[in-house]
Amino acid sequence: MRVMSEKKKLIEVMDGPSLTRTITRIAHEIIERNRGAEDMAVIGVRTRGALLAERLVATIEEIEKISLPLGLLDITLYRDDVHTRLEQPIVQKTEIIFRVSNKVVILVDDVLFTGRTARAALDAIIDFGRPKCIQFAVLIDRGHRELPIRADYVGKNIPTSFNERVVVKMQEQDEVDGVYIEKPVEE
Amino acid sequence: MTLKRGHLLDLESLTAEEITLILDTARSFREVIDRDIKKVPTLRGITVVNLFFEPSTRTRISFELAEKRLSADTINFSKATSSVQKGESLKDTIQNIEAMRTDMVVIRHSSPGAAYFLTQCCNSKVINAGDGAHSHPTQGLLDLFTIREKYNIIKGLRVLIIGDIKHSRVARSNIWGFRKLGAQVAICGPSTLLPYEVEKMGVDVFTDLDEALEGIDVLNILRIQTERQDAGYFPTLREYTELYGINSERLKRLNVGFTIMHPGPMNRGVEITVDVAESTDSVILEQVTNGVAIRMAALYLLMANEPIPSREGVLS
Repeated sequence: MRVMSEKKKLIEVMDGPSLTRTITRIAHEIIERNRGAEDMAVIGVRTRGALLAERLVATIEEIEKISLPLGLLDITLYRDDVHTRLEQPIVQKTEIIFRVSNKVVILVDDVLFTGRTARAALDAIIDFGRPKCIQFAVLIDRGHRELPIRADYVGKNIPTSFNERVVVKMQEQDEVDGVYIEKPVEE
Repeated sequence: MTLKRGHLLDLESLTAEEITLILDTARSFREVIDRDIKKVPTLRGITVVNLFFEPSTRTRISFELAEKRLSADTINFSKATSSVQKGESLKDTIQNIEAMRTDMVVIRHSSPGAAYFLTQCCNSKVINAGDGAHSHPTQGLLDLFTIREKYNIIKGLRVLIIGDIKHSRVARSNIWGFRKLGAQVAICGPSTLLPYEVEKMGVDVFTDLDEALEGIDVLNILRIQTERQDAGYFPTLREYTELYGINSERLKRLNVGFTIMHPGPMNRGVEITVDVAESTDSVILEQVTNGVAIRMAALYLLMANEPIPSREGVLS
C-alpha cells in the first residue's frame, strides 16, 4: 500500500475543453495511422478508460460516418496481484459482444503508469480471439513503467514522481471533465 | 468491498451485504462462462482439493469446473478410493494432503460441522459443499442468484420450500439466505419431516400443500431422500406424491405464475412431475449453470481477500 500524508493538493493539468480537443486529436491520429476505421473495434478498460472509449468511438464515428463496435473490459480477473492486495476491487462485467478476431483493436485507458493494467488487458483481449493488431491509446502517460509497454497514442505526457497520483475526472462519473495531479503536501 | 472471512461454512453467519457481494461478483463470472474461451487466469498457481465423502454429481462437477475456469489446479478425492478405507481419519487425511502444499479445500461430508472441523486442523481456506443436514451455502447462494436474476430483487418475494425439511441442508441454507435478503419464507411437508421448533427460524409452517401454495412466487421442491426414510416418516411414496407432489393440475388451480426450483437430483413422478420440471416456469437447469458462477465467485473472493498464511514469504 502506498503511504501518503493526510493533506493533498490537486493541481489541474488539463481542463474540460482541452480534454475534448485531446480526444478529437487522438481520433484523427487513429484514423490517419489506419487509413480509415474499417474493421476497427474500440475496447475501454473500466472505469475511466471505458468512458474515454465511448467518447473516442463517438468522435471517430462522426468523422468517418461509420459505426464502430465498442467493448468494455474489466481486468480484475487478469491482475497479477490477486493474492497480495489487501482490498479487492469489485469484479465488474466485461462486455465484448463482437468478435475481436482479425480486427484492429484500439485499447483505451485513462492513465498509463506501471504498464501492469495494459498487460492484463492485452491478455484478456487475446482470450477473446486473435485481433489483427492491438493499438494502445491513453489520455495520460505518467511514466514509471515496470513492464516493456508503450502507448501508440498519447494525449499528454506528464512527468510525475511515484508518490503523486494522476486523477482523471469525467463528466459521466465525476460531474466534471479534467485531469489533475494529486500531490502529498510536505508538513 | 472485500469478503472479510477465510472460509465459507454456512449462510447463517454471512451478512446481507456479504451475500450481495457474492451475488454481484457471480454476475461477472456468469459472463465468463458464456464466453467462447471460458477461462481466466485469476487463480493460477492455487491448488484446490475437492474432498468428497458423499456421492455428488452436480456440486462436484460444478466446483471442479469453477476451479478450472479460474485456472486453479484441482485434486479430486473420493472416499471410496482413498486410505479412509484403511481407517485414516479426516484430520490425518487433510493434514497429509495439505503437506503437499495445497491452498483450499472444498468438503462434502455426512457429518454436520465437518467443514468447521477442517478449519480447526488445517491452514487451507475451506468451502462447505454440504455437511449432513446442516448447511450447503453455495446451493443457497445459487438459488438466490437464480431468483434475483429473474425478479431483480429478492426482498418481498414469497418462497415456499416443500418436502423433507428435516434432512435438508438445502432447506436450511435457503431459509437463511432468503430471509436475510428480505424474502418471506414458508415451508411445507409431512409433520414427521419438519424439524422440531423450525418456526424459530422465522418461517411459516404448513402441512397442507394447497393452503401453503396461496400467494407464493417461488417454489423450491426438495428431493425425497429415499436413502434416509428407513425410520418410516411417511407410509408410502405414493401417499407422499398424492399429498405433497407438485403437478400441473395443482398449480393451474391457483391461476398465477410460479418459478419452479429443485436442487436435484430429481425423483421424477415423486415430488415433481415431468411436465412441471420441464415447463417454462422451471429454472432447474438455470440453477445448475448459475452454480458454476457462484462457486467461481466464492473461490475468487475467499482467495483474494488476504494473503494465504501458509504461503507468506513464498509469494514475493
